[in-house]
Parts: sequence; structure tokens; C-alpha cells
Amino acid sequence: MMGSRFQITKLGAWLITSLTVLIALAWVFPLYWGVISSLKPEDEVVRPYIELWPQTLTFDHYYSALTKSLIGLWYINSLATAVGVTVITIFSSMLCGYAISQLNFPGRRYLHILILACFMVPTQTLIINHFVLMANMHLLNTWLGMILPQLIYPVIIIIYKQFFDGVPKEFREAALMDNASEWRIFYRVYMPMNWGITTALAIVVFIWTWNNFLWPFLAATQNETMTVPVGITQVYNAFGVYYARRLAAAVLAALPVVLLYLFFQRQVTQAITLSAGIKG
Amino acid sequence: MIGKAFTSYWFPVLLIVPFLAIYGLIFIYPTISMFVLSFTDAPLIGSGNFVGLSNYARLFHDPRLLVALWNTAYFVILSVIPGAAVALLIALAVQRLSGRLQAAVLALFFLPFIVPVSVVYLIWDWILNYQFGIAMHWLDALGIPRVPVFKTVTWFMPAVALITIWWTCGFSLLVFLAGLRAIPAEIYEAAALDNASRWTTFRRITWPLLWPVTALVLTIQLILQLKIFDQVYLFSTGGRPNDTIVMVQYIFQMAFVDDHGGRAAAVAVTLFLIVIVVTLVEFQLLRLAGGGQKK
Repeated sequence: MMGSRFQITKLGAWLITSLTVLIALAWVFPLYWGVISSLKPEDEVVRPYIELWPQTLTFDHYYSALTKSLIGLWYINSLATAVGVTVITIFSSMLCGYAISQLNFPGRRYLHILILACFMVPTQTLIINHFVLMANMHLLNTWLGMILPQLIYPVIIIIYKQFFDGVPKEFREAALMDNASEWRIFYRVYMPMNWGITTALAIVVFIWTWNNFLWPFLAATQNETMTVPVGITQVYNAFGVYYARRLAAAVLAALPVVLLYLFFQRQVTQAITLSAGIKG
Repeated sequence: MIGKAFTSYWFPVLLIVPFLAIYGLIFIYPTISMFVLSFTDAPLIGSGNFVGLSNYARLFHDPRLLVALWNTAYFVILSVIPGAAVALLIALAVQRLSGRLQAAVLALFFLPFIVPVSVVYLIWDWILNYQFGIAMHWLDALGIPRVPVFKTVTWFMPAVALITIWWTCGFSLLVFLAGLRAIPAEIYEAAALDNASRWTTFRRITWPLLWPVTALVLTIQLILQLKIFDQVYLFSTGGRPNDTIVMVQYIFQMAFVDDHGGRAAAVAVTLFLIVIVVTLVEFQLLRLAGGGQKK
């Protein structure tokens, strides 16, 4: 690939590759260190030297984190919120993206402009009014109140629109020739085409929602209604200065999304690249 | 055929109703009520009287506004361009690799991005712990005196920016990789025939062809980091939040700690306008810069 004038010797290429691998390992070291510290006994954790592997491997901190905090409850809250946001976002975005892409109706262009404008508006500035609105609707500390303000993902609509734009017009024309209704065309022709992209987007929306901090942090004013990522930072009295136990809780908070990523790497990569506005 | 005319009218309406309902309730309505609220003296929950522009007048005399504006800008400077540069370097290194090794290395660099911000906080708070943190052992070994990183105003923003780059780099990395893969191999082959050096190839081919992607990464990161809150808030607990405050945190404090709904809304409107103006200006600038690059 490169010029012969500056031919890179095999040794040079090998060095760059090794360096890349070394840096990659150093890159995940903080995560490794967090996990490994959570597996050490409390007295071993605070020793003034570095042990890359625990002398005594213990799962006690996981047991304490699970029994001495409300993490079980937080898991249920996180799961309900993330599933709710994912299902509603995917469903409404797919329908809207399809309408803008394939159907003709008055105001279609304005709708498209409105969605593009949504990208510019910083939702973080809306926290006060989200809070007031949810308080007035008596939805604070409920799953619905947790879900509603997190439903703003205009990018998902645009991805669906672009996907439907890319489908050849012949599909629609052929279906119309068969006298199929609009609903049938959508349900039987277009929907089955996008299962791949829907899976990928659903996984990513789930991960984003699971990880979301600001709104869950505001919407839960009681320990019982927190999500996992919020709960592990808020409840110090349950953990005190037990470093290893705090880290065990952190590992438990990250575990579901890390597993999702490891199982669905290809889909996560595809959806994230799409979300940046690049066709994967 | 009558049935068909009926559905072709109502079908699009049915499809966009969920979107309109959701965005009307939690996007358009809150945006309008934010502006309205900023002209009142309401507490967080409850009604208030119309006070005109006095919230804004007070805001511009509040020294905390300047601190928050400066810290936000400082964080943007420390994170946006350095973060993109780091991601580009990693992308170039990862692109050289192939097969399983590439997939594994990419996954290692990407993994932090998948983790919730509070986990990032707990892990780095532990690593940089003044008494027991592993980083402090390294400082000791190097003979550098220990620093309570998140309690020292000088170190706070650089440290949080570095951690943010470490955490979010995976995203820009994926975008850069997609951009690099889109550059046709024939162009590199032609360059090789011309005996172009690595550096020349990068400067003349990779960089200009990648520019739209670089601009995209910079735009996304700039807008994202202007709205920074999570990490800064978490690391500042137990530190000096008044000195390290950023804009969204200022909104949060004013509304949820001081219970001044109206005044907080004025801060929110200010940030809202800043983000929109910066977005529009940046789009224009990048378009001009992109046009210049092609020549």
C-alpha cells in the first residue's frame, strides 16, 4: 500500500502493532482495575502497593451490595425505564420515519424541518420544565415519569426515514398493483425489511437509556425509585467508605450493558455509526 | 375505492400521531414554558408573578454566571479538539490491523463508552483517591507529590476532560473508522505508484478526504460538551462545586437547590440560545473550512 521509497520493515510494522495492542490494554486498565478491586477483601484493597490479581478472591462485596442496598429494586426500575423508552421510541420513530419517507400528506415538509430542528435544542435546558410538568401530572417517582422526558431521540426518526428512502420504489408500485392497502404495504412489505436495523437501534436505545443520568437523577427523589446508575452514586450511607463494595455496585450497574455490547457488537457499532449521520 | 381514499387520508395521520403527542408534550410544550417561566419569579414548583426581564438583569450581575460560562468553555477547549485528535490517532492505528486482532483492539478502545457515567465516576474516583488510589502510588514512585485531584480547582477540569476523552473516545473512533473505510483503496494505490511518503499520503489524501467526517465529529462533540453536566457534577461532590460549576449545573443548582424556578429558567434560556447560536455558527464555519480544504 505504501511507497517503496520509505518501505517500512516488517519489524517497524510489528512494533506499531504491538504498541497499538499495548495502548488498547492500557485503555481498558481502569475498567479492569475497578473490577479487580471489587474482588479483593477490604483490607487488601487499601494496601499501599499494586496487586494486579487479588491474593484472596472474594465475592463478599457483591453479596453485600445486593443485600445491603436497594440495588435489586433499582435494577427493576432501570429495566422498566429502559424497556419502556426503547419500545416507545422505536415504535413511534419507525411510524413517523415511514410517513415522512413514503407518504404524501399536507405539512410533510414542515414535519421534517421540525424533526431536524429538534437536533439543535439542548434537552438539558428543559430539565426544570420537565420536572414541573411531571410534578403537575403526579408522575415523579413513577416509571412513566422516568420514561416520558427520555423519549426525545430525533436521530432515530431520521435513521428510519433514510432507511425507507433507500428502499426501491418498485416495491411500493408492485404492491399498489396488487391492490394492497397502505397499511398492508407498510406491515407486509416495509416492516419485514427493517428487522436488522430495528434490532440494532433498539439495543443502542436500551444502552443509552440504561446509562442516562441527568433525568433519572432528578426524577427519583426517593431511594426506592432510583435507577441503578443513579442509586450507586447517591446512597453513600449504605456503603460508607467501603471502596470495594462501591466498586462491586459499579460493576453490577455496568454489567447488563457491557454484556449487551459484547453479545451484539456488530449491531451496536452499526447503530452508533448510523446515529452519527454516516450510512453504515 | 372510497375506502382507499379514506385510508390514504387518515393513514399518515395515524402514523405521525404518536410522534406529535410525545414531542408536543415533552419537547414543544416544555420549551415554550421555559421561556414563559423565565419572566416570572416562580419557585421550582408553584406559580409566580410576571417580572419582565428582571431575572435576566439579575443573572447578568451574578458572578456565578461568569464562572459557569468560563468553566463550560474551558471544558469544551480541553475536550473537543484533543478528544477528536486522540480518536483519529487511534482510528489510524486500528485501521492498519485486520481480522480478529482489529475487532479485539477496537472492542477494547470502545468498551469504556458503553459504561454508565456513574461507573466511570466511581472507578476514576477510586484510581485517583488521595489515600489509596493506584495513580497516587505511581506519583509516589515518580517522586511527584500527591494531589487531591478533584478538590483542587486547577486540576479539576483537566482531569475531568481527560476522563471524558477516555470515556467517550470510542464514539468518535467508530465515526472516524467508518470515514477511513469510505476512502477508496485505488487512491492509495495511485499514491503508492507515485512514491508518496506516508506523511504526504496522509496530508494529501487521508486528511482532506476525511475532513467532512472530522467536521462531523467536532460538531457533535462541541454541541455535546457545551451541555456537560454528569461527570462535572459527580466529581465535584465533595470537592468545590462553586468553583468548578458548569452551565447545566448552574441551572440545576438554581432550580433544585436554591428553589428559584424563574431565575433558573432564565439561565436555561441563556444556555439554550448559546447552544443554538454556536451550532449555527459552527455549521457555517465548517462548511467554509471544508470548502477551503478541497482546493
